[in-house]
Amino acid sequence: MNRLRLIWRKSLNVFALTLTGVAALAVVSILFLILGYLIYNGGKSLSWDFFTKLPKPVGETGGGMANAIVGSLKLLFLAAVMGVPVGLMAGVYLAEFGGKTFSFVIRYTTDLLNGVPSIVIGIFAYSLVVMPVRHFSALAGGVALGIMVIPITVRSTEQFLRSVPGALREGAMALGASKWKTVATVILPAAKGGIITGVLLALARVAGETAPLLFTAFGNRFWSPGLSQPISSLPVMIYTYAIAPYDDWHRQAWAAGLVLLGLVLVANVGTRLALSRGGSARSV
Amino acid sequence: MSSTATTLEHAAPPQSGPRSLIQRLRHGDEVAHLLTLIFAALILLLTSMLVYELWVNSHLSRSKFGMMFFFTRVWDPVFGDFGALPFIYGTLVTSVVALMIAVPLGLAAAIFLSELAPRRISDTISFLIDLLAAVPSVIYGLLGIFIVVPLMRTEIGPHLIKWFGHVPYLSVLFKPPNYGVGFFTAGIVLAIMVVPFIISVSREVLLTVPREQREAALALGATRWESTWKVVVPWARTGILGSIFLALARALGETMAVTMVIGNDPKISMSLFASGHTIAAVIANEFTEANGDLYLSALIELGLVLFLMTFILNGLARILIVATERGGGQPA
Repeated sequence: MNRLRLIWRKSLNVFALTLTGVAALAVVSILFLILGYLIYNGGKSLSWDFFTKLPKPVGETGGGMANAIVGSLKLLFLAAVMGVPVGLMAGVYLAEFGGKTFSFVIRYTTDLLNGVPSIVIGIFAYSLVVMPVRHFSALAGGVALGIMVIPITVRSTEQFLRSVPGALREGAMALGASKWKTVATVILPAAKGGIITGVLLALARVAGETAPLLFTAFGNRFWSPGLSQPISSLPVMIYTYAIAPYDDWHRQAWAAGLVLLGLVLVANVGTRLALSRGGSARSV
Repeated sequence: MSSTATTLEHAAPPQSGPRSLIQRLRHGDEVAHLLTLIFAALILLLTSMLVYELWVNSHLSRSKFGMMFFFTRVWDPVFGDFGALPFIYGTLVTSVVALMIAVPLGLAAAIFLSELAPRRISDTISFLIDLLAAVPSVIYGLLGIFIVVPLMRTEIGPHLIKWFGHVPYLSVLFKPPNYGVGFFTAGIVLAIMVVPFIISVSREVLLTVPREQREAALALGATRWESTWKVVVPWARTGILGSIFLALARALGETMAVTMVIGNDPKISMSLFASGHTIAAVIANEFTEANGDLYLSALIELGLVLFLMTFILNGLARILIVATERGGGQPA
């Protein structure tokens, strides 16, 4: 009886532990499945035209997404210009100057903002920028993405500032530097690498956002000069092309998907590797 | 690291005490403090404005439908009659399906990563799983439309109907027709999207469980699995619950991938193969074509509902995770 129970416990042990390994393997293999599918389907349809031509009118095959690629870059630039300074400064405040209660409030609000569904951010940008002037614009899209950049930048900036060794701080102060001088000339440069990778990760994340752009930047089948016109972007193009009934559009959606995923993954892998390598340098 | 910062804060007053305000102003400390404070306060302002805009712009719909908004299943833009029930139903059903798949899968993988795998392998796999979390949701939608939907129509769906179609009670959930799009497909895609969050947070929480807990269990003759399942996991359960809430909040607010595979039909059906709609999906689909202030206002009220749902869940998740990582294993 006891022996039977022991056999049962041991086999349950092996079985359950194997199962956990299988689960981990399954999840990781999803990543490779996604990559494989996109490279297979997107690679087939990727061509020089994709990067250099405007979309063709409905019904004609061919054409490309040059305007969407430029549009995405423009939106990212706007998001960075509006979101990064706020995130950086707030991060500096939290790490260096903040009092206890107010810092807690700011941290909590930042997390809250980070958790707001992106579509709700879209509504917010719509009511801030689109409603007053009554038309979609690149600016509205930039505002939506800029808001999403803020919380991510704040948290990474604060984290990297805090990981600067206390000895550096004390050294600067012992030399008679004032607090802001310590922060500006010693602490920020020491944490520079980490902060930049944090910003890049934030931009990589909003680069793939579609929902907040649907009714702010909207979309455009042509070039969009200036800030006040609707503008095309890669994620929105993928969405519109994927749900459309034309085979040629599906083909281009795959190509756009490959380009977008490629950009996002390269940014992620690059920054994360740089971070883990910088990890040893940071603790020096 | 925060400990050094706090000791510095405590150490600071004796230094800066003797300095007068003018002196500190001249050194720029106060200016820098104020400047960064303004940007920090900007976040507070932005978030309050977000809530304010959602509240004000949904006024028309709130005053016309009141609480009935949540219990009406009609969504008729032509006659200006709006109810949120089908969307709330769809949001909840897809999220529950997603969690039923993602929680066992994610928890098992997290256990493997924290308890079994050597540190190096565990870190590599975690890195890959973080990459999975970085894949944009529209890409999941793309794969959903062209891979999961056809699979569901020709493989998964027919099998599930064959197995469960005649089981009492379960048969309502797995009823044909099955066109490939619907709650179940959306749930599968969502599950894949939230599983990385469950894994990475649960792994962190599991790693904070003290070594002695495991050793004590093993010393008492428990198998590796028994020590994990009966000692380590219960110790970390609050934090694991937190990771599930976090995943749920993500699933509720997810827009693009769901919009692309759920069928976008505001109906309430018991069958998981039926087309449905979610809050986020209806906003994405109809916002630009909403003619009329009441229509737009109803959509914004849906946005407000979504905001509140994720707000509450995120808050709860944070409390749970912090509680475990600090206190560890308080019997909850």
